[in-house]
Amino acid sequence: MDYILIAILALLGLALAFGLLLGFASVRFRVEGNPIVEQIDSILPQTQCGQCGYPGCRPYAEAIANGDAINKCPPGGQSTVEALADLLDVEVVPLEGGVEEEPVKTVAYIREDECIGCTKCIQACPVDAILGAAKQMHTVIESECTGCDLCVEPCPVDCIDMLPIETTLNTWKWEMPKPGVQLIVTDLRGEVSDEEAAL
Amino acid sequence: MALIHTSSPHLHKAVNATDVMRLVVLATLPGLAAMTFFFGWGTLINVIWACLLAVGFEAIIIKMRKRPLGFYLKDYSALVTGLLLGLALPPFAPWWVMVVGVFVAIVIAKHLYGGLGQNPFNPAMVAYALLLISFPVVMTSWTQPFLMVDDGQSWNVMGFIDTFKLIFAGIEPPMIDSFSGATPLDAMRHRGGQTTEEVWANVPVLAQGMGAWHAVSAAYFMGGVFLIYRKVLTVHTPLAILATLGGVASIFYAIDPYQFADPFFHLTAGATMLGAFFIATDPVTSATSNKGKVVYGIGIGLLIFVIRDWGGYPDAVAFAVLLMNLSAPFIDQYTQPRSYGHAKAKRGMKGGA
Amino acid sequence: MSTQFSFHGGIHPPENKQRTTGLAIQTAPIPAELVVPLSQHIGAPSEVIVSVGDRVLKGQVIAEAVGRISVNVHAPSSGTVVAIEKRGVPHISGMKAPCIVIETDGQEQWVDHQGLDDYAAIPKQALIDFIRHHGISGMGGAGFPTDVKLHLGDDHIVNTLVLNAMECEPYITADDMLLREHADNVIKGIEVIAHLLKPHHVMIGIEDNKPQAIRALELAAKNTDLNLDIIVVPTIYPSGGEKQLIKLLTGVEVPSGKIPADVGIVCQNVGTAAAIYDAVYHGVPLISRIVTLAGEALTHPHNMRALIGTPLKTLLETAGVNQQALYRIVVGGPMMGFTVDSQSIPMIKTTNCIIAATYAEMPPAPPANPCIRCGMCEQVCPAELLPQQLYWFAKGKEFEKAKHHNLFDCIECGACSYVCPSNLPLVQYYRYAKAEIREEEAEHRKADHARQRFEARQARLEQEKIEKELRRKQRAEEAAKAQAVKKDKVATQPETTLEASAEPDIKTLKTAAAVARTKLKKAQKALQNAEEKGLEGQDKLAITVAELAKKAEAAQAAYDQAQNLPVAAPAVVDIKQLKTNAAVARTKLKQAEKALAKAEESGEGDIAELKAKLTAQQAKTEAAQSAYDKAEAGDAASSPSNAALDELKADMDVALDKVKKARKALEVAVAGNSPAVEKMQAGVDKLQSKYEALKADYEKANNQQTPEPAGPTVEQVAELKADADALHGKVAKAQAALDNAIASANPAVDKMKAGVDKLQAKYLDAKARYDKAQASLSVTDNAPQLDALSEEITTLSSKVEKAKRALASAEASASPAAEKMKAGVEKLQAKLDELTQSYSDAGGVLAKPEPVDPKALKQQVSIMRTKLKKAQAALDDAEEGNLSELTAEVERLTTAHDEAKASLDAYESVQLDKAAAEGIDLKQLKIDAAMARAAVTKAERAAQKAREEQSDDLSDIEQQLIVAQQDAEQLNQTLSRFTD
Repeated sequence: MDYILIAILALLGLALAFGLLLGFASVRFRVEGNPIVEQIDSILPQTQCGQCGYPGCRPYAEAIANGDAINKCPPGGQSTVEALADLLDVEVVPLEGGVEEEPVKTVAYIREDECIGCTKCIQACPVDAILGAAKQMHTVIESECTGCDLCVEPCPVDCIDMLPIETTLNTWKWEMPKPGVQLIVTDLRGEVSDEEAAL
Repeated sequence: MALIHTSSPHLHKAVNATDVMRLVVLATLPGLAAMTFFFGWGTLINVIWACLLAVGFEAIIIKMRKRPLGFYLKDYSALVTGLLLGLALPPFAPWWVMVVGVFVAIVIAKHLYGGLGQNPFNPAMVAYALLLISFPVVMTSWTQPFLMVDDGQSWNVMGFIDTFKLIFAGIEPPMIDSFSGATPLDAMRHRGGQTTEEVWANVPVLAQGMGAWHAVSAAYFMGGVFLIYRKVLTVHTPLAILATLGGVASIFYAIDPYQFADPFFHLTAGATMLGAFFIATDPVTSATSNKGKVVYGIGIGLLIFVIRDWGGYPDAVAFAVLLMNLSAPFIDQYTQPRSYGHAKAKRGMKGGA
Repeated sequence: MSTQFSFHGGIHPPENKQRTTGLAIQTAPIPAELVVPLSQHIGAPSEVIVSVGDRVLKGQVIAEAVGRISVNVHAPSSGTVVAIEKRGVPHISGMKAPCIVIETDGQEQWVDHQGLDDYAAIPKQALIDFIRHHGISGMGGAGFPTDVKLHLGDDHIVNTLVLNAMECEPYITADDMLLREHADNVIKGIEVIAHLLKPHHVMIGIEDNKPQAIRALELAAKNTDLNLDIIVVPTIYPSGGEKQLIKLLTGVEVPSGKIPADVGIVCQNVGTAAAIYDAVYHGVPLISRIVTLAGEALTHPHNMRALIGTPLKTLLETAGVNQQALYRIVVGGPMMGFTVDSQSIPMIKTTNCIIAATYAEMPPAPPANPCIRCGMCEQVCPAELLPQQLYWFAKGKEFEKAKHHNLFDCIECGACSYVCPSNLPLVQYYRYAKAEIREEEAEHRKADHARQRFEARQARLEQEKIEKELRRKQRAEEAAKAQAVKKDKVATQPETTLEASAEPDIKTLKTAAAVARTKLKKAQKALQNAEEKGLEGQDKLAITVAELAKKAEAAQAAYDQAQNLPVAAPAVVDIKQLKTNAAVARTKLKQAEKALAKAEESGEGDIAELKAKLTAQQAKTEAAQSAYDKAEAGDAASSPSNAALDELKADMDVALDKVKKARKALEVAVAGNSPAVEKMQAGVDKLQSKYEALKADYEKANNQQTPEPAGPTVEQVAELKADADALHGKVAKAQAALDNAIASANPAVDKMKAGVDKLQAKYLDAKARYDKAQASLSVTDNAPQLDALSEEITTLSSKVEKAKRALASAEASASPAAEKMKAGVEKLQAKLDELTQSYSDAGGVLAKPEPVDPKALKQQVSIMRTKLKKAQAALDDAEEGNLSELTAEVERLTTAHDEAKASLDAYESVQLDKAAAEGIDLKQLKIDAAMARAAVTKAERAAQKAREEQSDDLSDIEQQLIVAQQDAEQLNQTLSRFTD
């Protein structure tokens, strides 16, 4: 009988102790807000393009936090999917729609001669990167443009192009060295062996 | 004409991995010679056999992995692995033991982990440990140095042909018993209640044959110094191992000289020198920074002593090295050097891992 | 003298210098065409100031510096500008960049140029500008504009000037030959630099493989007064790296992410010193330099002085290039230089060496083996990194880890690649990783920016929606009200509800009439009193009495009328009031519409905002009116001025709102680089002035309303402080934004800068006000000041603590800056002591009253309050309705007044004494004033009563009331002059 009592008391004591510990921990280490949404949002490219089906990046971040698929962001490309998978500790899935390569970064460019000043693109731009007034020519502030494509579709005269961002001397960067032989074959002056060629 | 377009630097030191490996092979030669001199042809035959096997397995596995054969064989890394395993195994080990060992070393411990540079454990030591656990009898019966046969009157080693037959056909020549026996470490371990002093006096391999081990250790030591001189190795790992082993052994010897062997015995018996200079220094599996190498070496030295004195196996170099291989990445994280312009070194790893 | 310091690692590549040191420096031929890139330095590319077809003279400025970090570009020879276009430039990318192409005429006709007679005689800034205008940028490696480095003495303590004559890279001998032949010029150039930087010590670091240069330098150094040491160091690569050189010569490490000037050291190349000599002594701009032509593919390798812009082909041919054997051209040294794939590329200011290598000399790197973690790279790394770990991280794209392993401390010297037995292109991996990290960071910044803009847009759309809704509601309400009024007007038969509402009105009217009567009587008495005393205001008082009489009459009349027509009377009042309200609203509406029209000129985006403004304003007007109504109803007789004040206040708020909104619109426009910015700015200014006028009005009214001046209270000072802090935060934020913009080369930078300056000024203003308030507060209450003092003391003491620690560490590391730091610490300590003293003194100050200006303080407080409100309004704008805002504001005002009054009591007695000293009986004056006020009140009441009773002499009473009011006001003013 005593044994049973002791066991029960011990268990009760343990439960009490751990309960207090847990309670303390939940107060002491409380996490404010839902940081996962912030983290997801910081991974998303912030183009606000809505291609994911949500009105902007943050809503999609919230949707992902609530269990939506992580592969709905074409501007972010596969690398974003991987980053999200890494963050959320889920399987990497191919991008929806299957874009294989890294997406080329683009900016919108308005062919100003053709612009009729309808302001439709201005209303479509999620980041207010288009300047202009009614019946006046519009132009894109290049540094603000996220390349989301949203202005292309509403344009009634199709005067908006998405141009890839050009590399300049300042933005030029080194490539990752290719594994193995990194010189073109003619540079090797016939010294390339069959094994090296096979690399 | 087209001018080449490439990243700096445009000059390279005329040294490549092949040269490094070749130097390592060269540095083992004194040890190999000493082993052959004192223990007979067995070592030489074993080494050659192991090298052949290693290159063969390497070739096969490279072909299977569809990599350029010549390019990878030229790096001599398989040769070094085979060489080390050949030196580590008992001179009369049967041929199939070597086959199993080299297979494990080259195929499992090296290529299954991704080949040169990717293996977390020293291939030769993985093989050695596996063989020791699987075939303890074969692995612990060592050859008697010629000094002990006929009181070392002449160079009394088993003939080359006899040795060859013994290894490959299992044909035991007469007088096989006079050529084989326990190692000094074995003798010291299974002392049957005698004090250290008594063991030294009573066991023949210690009383008469220890000189051979001293000589072999000296030969490896010379090879190691050569490698350090040629800057293939840094002094950190070997020095840390030897200093730690010697230091710990001295302490225990000072406390209880009846129970423990003297530090010099620890430094010269078994594979201490081979391990310190040729096995633990394997760059792929050791720690990276100088500080890390010291920590790594201290760990090996300690483990050698602990396993030798309290563990289940007479020699401990393989286990000590493998255990420290296991901790090398961890050591790396906490032994980053203090970079230029930083007040103190960074610790740990950022971004996971 | 030799050095006892060393840096970690380093390598000894074959030097290959002997072939080019045999011959003296030759002059390279003038090419037919010079290609001068606009960006030969780090920083903004220069701006072209010539056009195609222009004839230019040698040394003429052809492109001007843009911004802080930039230098001029000069024509290297006389000739004609034939093109300004993109050409291949010496850059690793092999890409093209804008260049000025000059067809030379071979005449070498110089532009007028002259050195400085005595550079020490002209101001330092002028000398630095002179150097900048002569196009001098660092000639050792990166090409950092030299003048920027010469400015370092302004905000750093420079105690060591290090001259880099190391030339540690193989092949290069340009500096070696320069020193052999022109050591005197170099020393003179160093003197100029030393004059500007005033270092205690000059060190020239040179490797021991240049004995002749060392000898020449030692000879030349005998002629100088500088504290100059030539320090010969062992030859080891990369001792010429700035950080390595500094470690080698001084034993000090430049902290990661800092520049040498942060540890009191400035580093210059000897070539730069020689160029400064040429510029300062002879007025020769940087149009040529010494370049080493080396390599096995040359039959005649040597050093030559070549014009900037000379194509490599000309130089190589001069050096006898064997085109067949030529395999790679390296610009710069073999360790850190880069390959170019065209010989038409020109040399630039930073080109110190051109290596024409054969295949045998620099064969392609053999295919890379796997890394065997041999650790050789670690042994040679001069930055003490773990190169192989970095390699693994770069290869695995684990950039976070690479950063953690100090990737950005890598100087890309190539020592690790040089020794790598596996032939890994390590440096390229690091460059790749660095570029990726930089790009990632830039993208992250951009994404954050986009997010902000997106969220701002969302908020704006939301706001617009709410405002639209509000406007719609208001319209509906107004319609309903109008309907009700109409109904009231047509209603002739008394209804139960109307009766109920009319009942109290009659009562009020009755009281009003009675009050008017009393007031009249009082006014008359006051008039008598005044007449007796012969005060100035008696005439006015008389008029007031008359007016009061009239008013009383009117009041009486109104009362009678109301009694006769109990329903109609209140209706008449309502209509009157509504009329006024409508008028006010219309005016405001008109104003807003005007603003809207103005905005329409400037652009679409602004209209939306202004429209929103319009709505808000309407709402505010409404609110003000309702407040007015309330006030009127609550205290009809005595506080019409209160209500007027409120109205004024409302006006002011509206104006403020307008200013605020307009400013916001302007900011958006500036950020967006809108063309309408200027117009908008003008509009904002106008609005601002309007607001200020309104504010002045309000303040005037407010002062009249509450003649008792009040000192600031602790809370008010705290408010001021908060305001100042908020402004400071704003300034900091704006500054950060500006920096950001500068970093991203935003076109709106200048405008933003102006904005930041404005904010800064505002902040300072607020700060000054705060300080003033704080000081004046000491009379009534010294505690906060004491607190502030003690706080200051704490911060200062912590500063001293910190400085001391820094000093200790500096001393430990034997930094040359230690001594200066010590002086600084002492200074700080002295300051601290001083403060502590004043703190202890402040206790005594408590008792001493000081002359203060409560009125000014009050004004300041009100200004501050408005400003604070502005900040709050910006926050609350979206959520809070305008009515509640106003109410809150009124409440705040009231409490503020109460507080002010309370604080006034504290020093009233002091003022009494003061007034007595001036021979005026303040007490009596006060009594008079109070009497006058009472008279006004009475007269008002009398007028009311008169109205109620429809007395005949109402107009008289009213007249009297006005006079009484004026008199009371005058008295009050006199009183306030003394109490002030």
